[in-house]
Amino acid sequence: MDFTSLIDNLGSHTVDGLTKGAIYALVALGYTLVYGVLRLINFAHSEVFMVGTWTVFGVYAVFNATAASGVGTVILATSVALIAATLASAGTALAVERIAYRPLRKKNAPPLIFLITAIGCSLVLVELFGHVFRQFFGPPFGRALVSIPTLIDTKVLFTVGGVSITNIQLIVIFGAVLMMVLLDLFVNYSRLGRGVRAVAQDPDTAALMGVNQDRVIMLVFVLGGAMAGVAAMLYTLRYDITKFDIGFLIGVKAFTAAVLGGIGNLRGALVGGLLLGVVEVYSSTLFSSNWEDVTAFVVLIAVLMFRPTGILGESLGKARA
Amino acid sequence: MSTTLLDRYATARKALADNWANGPIWVKLPIVLALISFCFYLPYLNILPFAQIRTDLGAGGTDWSSVLFLIVIYMIAAVGLNVVIGLAGLLDLGYVGFYALGAYSVALFGSPSSPVTEAIARKFDLSEGWAVPFAACIPIAIAFALVAGVILGAPTLRLRGDYLAIVTMGFGEIIRIILRNSEFTGGPSGVIGIPKPPGPEQDGRDYFNSLDVHRWYWLALIVLILLMFAVRRLEHSRVGRSWLAIREDEDAAAIMGVPAFKFKLWAFAIGAALGAIAGLLFASKQGVVEPNGFRLNLSFLFVAMVVIGGSGNMVGVLIGAFLITYLPERFRGFEQWRPFAFGVALVAVMVLRPQGLVPNRRRAKEFEDRRHEAKEAAADV
Amino acid sequence: MSELSLEKQTNATPDDEVVLEVDQVTLKFGGVVALNGVDFHIRRGEILGLIGPNGAGKTTCFNAMTGVYAPTSGNIRFLGKQVSGRQSHQITRMGIARTFQNIRLFPEMSALENVLVGCDARHKTSVLGALFRAYRVRPKPEELPEITGTGLTRAQSRLRRATAKVFGVSRHTLEERAGRKKAMELLRFVGIADRANDLARNLPYGYQRRLEIARAMATEPQLLCLDEPAAGFNPAEKESLMALIRRIRDRGLTVLLIEHDMKLVMGVTDRIVVLEFGQKIAEGLPSEVASNPKVIAAYLGEPDDAASA
Repeated sequence: MDFTSLIDNLGSHTVDGLTKGAIYALVALGYTLVYGVLRLINFAHSEVFMVGTWTVFGVYAVFNATAASGVGTVILATSVALIAATLASAGTALAVERIAYRPLRKKNAPPLIFLITAIGCSLVLVELFGHVFRQFFGPPFGRALVSIPTLIDTKVLFTVGGVSITNIQLIVIFGAVLMMVLLDLFVNYSRLGRGVRAVAQDPDTAALMGVNQDRVIMLVFVLGGAMAGVAAMLYTLRYDITKFDIGFLIGVKAFTAAVLGGIGNLRGALVGGLLLGVVEVYSSTLFSSNWEDVTAFVVLIAVLMFRPTGILGESLGKARA
Repeated sequence: MSTTLLDRYATARKALADNWANGPIWVKLPIVLALISFCFYLPYLNILPFAQIRTDLGAGGTDWSSVLFLIVIYMIAAVGLNVVIGLAGLLDLGYVGFYALGAYSVALFGSPSSPVTEAIARKFDLSEGWAVPFAACIPIAIAFALVAGVILGAPTLRLRGDYLAIVTMGFGEIIRIILRNSEFTGGPSGVIGIPKPPGPEQDGRDYFNSLDVHRWYWLALIVLILLMFAVRRLEHSRVGRSWLAIREDEDAAAIMGVPAFKFKLWAFAIGAALGAIAGLLFASKQGVVEPNGFRLNLSFLFVAMVVIGGSGNMVGVLIGAFLITYLPERFRGFEQWRPFAFGVALVAVMVLRPQGLVPNRRRAKEFEDRRHEAKEAAADV
Repeated sequence: MSELSLEKQTNATPDDEVVLEVDQVTLKFGGVVALNGVDFHIRRGEILGLIGPNGAGKTTCFNAMTGVYAPTSGNIRFLGKQVSGRQSHQITRMGIARTFQNIRLFPEMSALENVLVGCDARHKTSVLGALFRAYRVRPKPEELPEITGTGLTRAQSRLRRATAKVFGVSRHTLEERAGRKKAMELLRFVGIADRANDLARNLPYGYQRRLEIARAMATEPQLLCLDEPAAGFNPAEKESLMALIRRIRDRGLTVLLIEHDMKLVMGVTDRIVVLEFGQKIAEGLPSEVASNPKVIAAYLGEPDDAASA
C-alpha cells in the first residue's frame, strides 16, 4: 500500500485516470447502444476497437508518417487515420451484426446463443490479426506487440495547482467528451435517433408504428462501431501501440464502465468510464501495476452485486438516453 | 445445398436417436459395453485403415495416447460445464478458473517443492521433501473448487444470464492473475514436481509414468465414466428436474417450491468440482503447472465443446469435446489455425444449427418451435 | 344459477379455524398505493372469492400472499405464522399454492414432469441423496413396486419387489415412484391424464389451465389460490371448472378464487371479498354481496356481470 505516492500526486493521477477513462467511455458507448436496443452484450465489440487501432497503424504506414514527419504530413495522416479508423470499426461492427446476429434474430434464438456467436466472432477477428493475416502478408501481423509511430509529441501545455496537463491528455479527454455530446444530441434530437429510442423502449410497438427495426439495429451497430473507432484513434495517440488481443482487456473495462454507469444509458457510459479510469489508476498506484487489471473485474462484480442498474440507471429509452 | 445436407443430417440423427431411445435394454447394454471396451483398446489400435485416426503416424505427430488422454480430460471438463450450461442454463465463461484451481491444488499441496508445502513443512518441522500424498490432494482439490464455486456463485447467481457470463469471465481472469502474481503459487514460472497417482511398480518404474501414457488415459477414462454415471443420476432425479424447471421459468419454479437459488448454486459447485478433477488429472500427468496454461481461451474452448456438440446432451458434449481436441492434433499443420477455426465453427454452427450437432431431445424441439414462432410472426406482419 | 345450494355449502364448513389472515395490508409501489388496509380471512374448508374490477389489486394481493411482494405495512399470517419475509419456495412448503393468471407452465417439460416439479416440494432427496442413493428406506407394503402395469416382465417386477423387501429402497427411488403415482392421480383428477406425456406447450389451452391446477395441488397445499382459472373459457368449460373447484374443496383443501366472471364466483364460492382501488368495499355471502349497492356501483362499468349478479 503506497499511500504517499498516491496522495502526493493525486492531481496528476486523476488526470491520467480521466484520460484512460475517456477511452473506456467511448468504447462503452458501443456496449450500451447495442444493449439498449437489443438487450444483448455484443461481446465482439472489443474487437471492433482492435480493428480501429490496426487501421490507424495502416494509415500511418501508407503515409509513411513517423515522428520525424513534417506538420503537413502529421495533420493529413492523423485526420485520414481518424476517418479510416471510424469507418473500419463501424464496418466491422456492421459485418458482425449481419453475419452473426441477424440470422439468429430471424430464427428467434435464445439469448445465450447470441453470446456464443459473439464469442466466436471475437475469436475470428482476433485470429485474423494474430495469425491469418500473417500467413498472407507476414509481419507486423501476428502475436507480437506492434508500436505505432508517435506523430504528436507529448508536451506539457499548462500546469494547474501543480498538476501538469499534456496536449495528449487534453486531446483525448476533449475528443471523447465531444463525441459523447454529438452522439447524445443525435440520439435525442434527430429523427433516426428517435427511432433508436422507440425501438429501445418497445420494439414491437415501434415496428407497428413503421420504424424499420433492422435499420435501427444497423444504425446502432454503426454508431457504436464509429465511437470505438474514435476511441482507437485516441488510444493510439496516448499509448502508441497495438496488438492482436488488445481488445480483450479494453473491452472488459469498457463493459464494466457501461455497467457501472448503468448499461443502456449513454450518459452513464461517460460517468462510468471516467470513474473506472480514475479508480484503476489510483489502485495501481496503491498496490502494484501487476494488479491493475484486477481492479476492473472487482469493480464490476461489486457493482453487479450491490447496484446492478448502475449509477445512473439503465435504459436507453426511459432515461432520455 | 448446405441446408439440404443439414436437413438430411438432422433427419438421420433424429431417427437414430429415436431408435436408441426406444430400443430394449438387452440391445443397448452390449452396445454400450462394446463401445467402452473399444475406448479402452484405442491406444493399441493398429489395424489399417482404422489406425488412420492415430495422430502419430506421420513424422512430427503427437503421441497418440497423450492425445487420447487430453481428449478425455477435456471431456470431463465439458461434462462438468454441461451441468452448468446445459442443465441449469447458466453461462459460465470462467470455467478455466476451476480447472486451474484443481491443477494448482494438487501442485501446491502435493509437490514437495511448492511454496505452500515448504511453508507447512517449516511451520510444523516436517522432514525435507514432505508433501501431501496424491490421494489426499483429490478431496482438497474438490473442496477448493466447491468452495470457490459457492463463493463465486452466492453473490452472482441472482444476476441476469448475460451478466453472469461476464462476471464469471472476470473470475477466470482474476484466478489467473492471482496465480501469476502471488508468491505462494510460484509466480509466473509455476510449480514443478507434481505427484502422480500411486500404483504397483512395473518394469522398475512407477505405474503411472511419462512413458506409459496409455495408463493415464485409462485412468482418465474410468474417472470420466464414473462422473458421467453420477451426472446422469442427478439429471434423472428431483435435482435434474428442478434445474430444468429453473431454466424454463425461474419464478414459477420458486413458487412451485423449488429452492431455485440453492439448486443453481449446486449446479455451479458440481460443475466446478468436475472442472477441478479434470485440472487435477491434467496437472498430475504434466508434472508441472504454470499460470499461462490457464488462459481465458481455454474457457471459450470448453464452452465451444458444450455448445457445438449440443448443450444438455451428454453424447453431444462428448462429441464436441472430441472434435475440438482431436481434429487439430490429427491435422498438425492446422494447430496454429486452431483458435481461428473455433471461432469460425462457433459462428457457423450457431447460425446454421443453434441447437448444436447432437442436441438434447427437448432442446431440439424448443428450437424448432421458436423458429416456427418467428416465421409466424413474420407472416403476421 | 346455483344459488339454491349456497346455504347448505356455507353450513358445510364445520370448523371455523382461520387458515389465512390478511391483516390491514397496505402495499405501495413508489407513490402508487396498490393495496390500502385490506383486511380479510379465510376459514378452513371454504371457497372464498376475491373479486373486483380490473386493477382493483386482486393479483397484487395474491402476490403479497405468495411472497412475490412484501407488504409495506400490515401482516399476512398463514396458520398463525407470518408469511411476508419468507421466500416463495418456503411459503409453498408452508402450504400455500397458486396458479397464474397468464399461464406459466414449464413449456418444454411434459405435463407429468410439470406436476412432478410440484410433487418435489414435499420430497426430501438432496443433491447428495440423488447422487449416492445411500439413504435406504424400508418401504411399506403399499409402497412396494407393482407387479403389473410397470412395463417390465412379471419376472423382472418380482425381482424388483424382492430386492426392495430385502435391501430396502433409496429415498430417491421411493419418492420418484410415489411422485409419479401422485402426479398421474392428479392428472386424472383434473381430467387431462390422456396427454400426460405431451410437452406442456403442445397442450390445448384448457388443458394448460387444468395442468396449472394439478401442478399447484401437487405441492400438497392447505390453501389453493386460483388466479382467474376460467379466463378464456366458454360456458361449458366454466361449468366443468366449477365442478372441479368443488371437488378440490371436497378433498379438504381451502380455495381462494380470484375471478372476473361473476356467475362463476356466485355459483361456487361460500363467501366473497370485493376489492376496488386497492380497498375492500364489501365482504359476505354471495347473495349479500350481489345486492350490495357499492359492489353494483363498482361493477357498473361492466353491465353484463352486474346483470348476471
